Amino acid sequence: MRFLHAALVAALVMPCAALAQVEIRMAVLRVDEPGRPPASRLDLPPEDLGFAGARLGTSDNATTGQFMGQSFVTDEVTATHETAAGKMQEIVASGVRLVVTLADEETTLALADAAGDEVLVFNARARGDALRGEDCRANLLHTAPSRAMVTDALAQFLMWKRWDDWFLIEGSHPADRALADAYRRAATKFGARIVEERTFEDTGGARATDSGLVQIQARMPTFTQRAAQHDVVVAADETGIFAAYLPYHTWEARPVAGSAGLSPLSWHPAMEMWGGMQFQSRFEKLAQRPSREEDYQVWLAMRAVGEAATRTQSAEMAVLRDYMLGDEFQLGGFKGQPLTWRDWDGQLRQPILLASGDIVTSVSPQSEYLHQVSQLDTLGIDRPETACQIERQ
Amino acid sequence: MIMRATGLLACLCTGSPALAGKIFVSNEKGNDITVLDSESFEVIATFPGGQRPRGITASPDGKWLYVCASDDNLVRVFSTDTYEEQPTLPSGPDPELFVLHPSGNPLYIANEDDNIVTVVDVETRTVLAEVPVGVEPEGMGVSPDGRIVVNTSETTNMAHFIDTETFEIVQNVLVDQRPRFAQFTDDGATLLVSSEIGGTVSVIDPASGQIEKKITFEVPGVLPEALQPVGVRVTADGSKAYVALGPANRVAVVDGATWEVTDYLLVGQRVWQLAFSPDQKYLFTTNGNSNDISIIDVASDEVIRSVQVGEQPWGVVAVE
Repeated sequence: MRFLHAALVAALVMPCAALAQVEIRMAVLRVDEPGRPPASRLDLPPEDLGFAGARLGTSDNATTGQFMGQSFVTDEVTATHETAAGKMQEIVASGVRLVVTLADEETTLALADAAGDEVLVFNARARGDALRGEDCRANLLHTAPSRAMVTDALAQFLMWKRWDDWFLIEGSHPADRALADAYRRAATKFGARIVEERTFEDTGGARATDSGLVQIQARMPTFTQRAAQHDVVVAADETGIFAAYLPYHTWEARPVAGSAGLSPLSWHPAMEMWGGMQFQSRFEKLAQRPSREEDYQVWLAMRAVGEAATRTQSAEMAVLRDYMLGDEFQLGGFKGQPLTWRDWDGQLRQPILLASGDIVTSVSPQSEYLHQVSQLDTLGIDRPETACQIERQ
Repeated sequence: MIMRATGLLACLCTGSPALAGKIFVSNEKGNDITVLDSESFEVIATFPGGQRPRGITASPDGKWLYVCASDDNLVRVFSTDTYEEQPTLPSGPDPELFVLHPSGNPLYIANEDDNIVTVVDVETRTVLAEVPVGVEPEGMGVSPDGRIVVNTSETTNMAHFIDTETFEIVQNVLVDQRPRFAQFTDDGATLLVSSEIGGTVSVIDPASGQIEKKITFEVPGVLPEALQPVGVRVTADGSKAYVALGPANRVAVVDGATWEVTDYLLVGQRVWQLAFSPDQKYLFTTNGNSNDISIIDVASDEVIRSVQVGEQPWGVVAVE
């Protein structure tokens, strides 16, 4: 089968034999974070998290590249927080100028600085708004949506439902607090009221225990009782400690959204619209598992480079970067409209999916929220409010 | 010709109404095919079309209906007269759109999942070739002389020109994001390729592979992102082209000489595919989200009727 395919490709390329082969090399650097595993074992990270998205992106680019005389090679590198900067320097020393990172906020910033001006870094995991704001870097683009984008996406839907009184529950870790801040900002932006706020303290301990449900069933209702009258519980639990236990256990019978229940996501393995099924089929054939947000976000970075390489016929980082940030660039990402970069903070504009469990039930921006430039700019930090000060060339 | 005579004879014998053409609509969600009378526009039959019927076309003699049953991974064949199902054709995985050679054989099928175009002999029901193309092949067009088949690949964003004798790609043309449909003019001098996400229709000179113009769309009060060109048809005399604009719920009328948009016709919701009646007096549109077809009078460019069909109509073909 593989042989047959190779033979067919060879036959196909012949008419294009006159094209010189140009190789576009990229690297994906994944910084694995030690820490407590997620609440559900279904959410345990697969070994090839993100790398599988890179393989699909490279394969898609290569299929297109065979018609253009371009080949694509992607190195996969893993690191720890301690070794990350060193690994980045090794990647740069090997001649790669386009690097996709999967790391937390702090490490992503360190990696962008370690990479230097001659390298373009794509952040495919970190959601921090500071990375796109006061800490922004000229050599850093983001395919992962920011916290402001995902919280705005959920806020638009909740306002469309006229669920404007929120009970906000946040975790005790810095990432949870940052997410809760993003929900506060979104509430102000779209006119919701946070009528009650509570913090769920992470007291440590094991992820799950035998018969642990007994305590959860007793604890979650009491934790949520005597809250001010609210329409919806919004959970800010980026660390994944408690939110999964909220649905059906709140004191009042209220829907849960945010980190559990109806969740804003860049991607979901049940997404079938706008040709999304084709991504899922190709991905599952290649990876033998459903796709995750990280895989999609890495794929977006690979495809953005591939698209720029196809259109510019170049493998030069500066040429590709300028094209990507220019007016002509458009990326198809199975979301019903072209995706483009915000030139003020390097963020990829993209619709956000709202998923409840096994199904995607809505997509934001909601059609009622209009914008003078792009409806996608109703999600996240818009040009007039950005804290990013860089001048892009 | 012979068929028409037989048909008339049958009419005389059975006393059924005068012979008219038929419009066949594939209902993607409803898993069936709606049949309408081409003159009264009444629904005269509905029959099962397999799992997720999308692309639909008919043999040049009007006898056979071919339907891409996407979730069955095959092409279903029906008699246009009795609606009786015939032996199926192999299609490769997840067939969405196809085009029949002007002679009636073979059938060229886009397989979205495998980055190939499958060429199927409709008489022997065998696969003649698999042609590797770009990522997510979708649109299929054939030149009037039958020498070139064009496939569009939605993620690679190209129109691939395939030689129908050698099954080799002879030319690639880069177009805007997510090319959905390829349509030659009847004189073969121009190829139109719609780009759904790019929001344009590329006017291509097939001989040189040059894009001569990109048709763009603008409707006051409609978000630019909603102007998503999909189905394209050109009148036989080349004077007008029609472009279905998806979620903009409109069909654009384009001047065939200047390739400028002259009008936008409001149709049903999420309009995707288009088909002329055999005499080209009418154009039929499938409106997926309103479960109906709109009927456009080609001479006056007026939407004269809409008719409810099955759930989520996708493709349409008319036969005499």
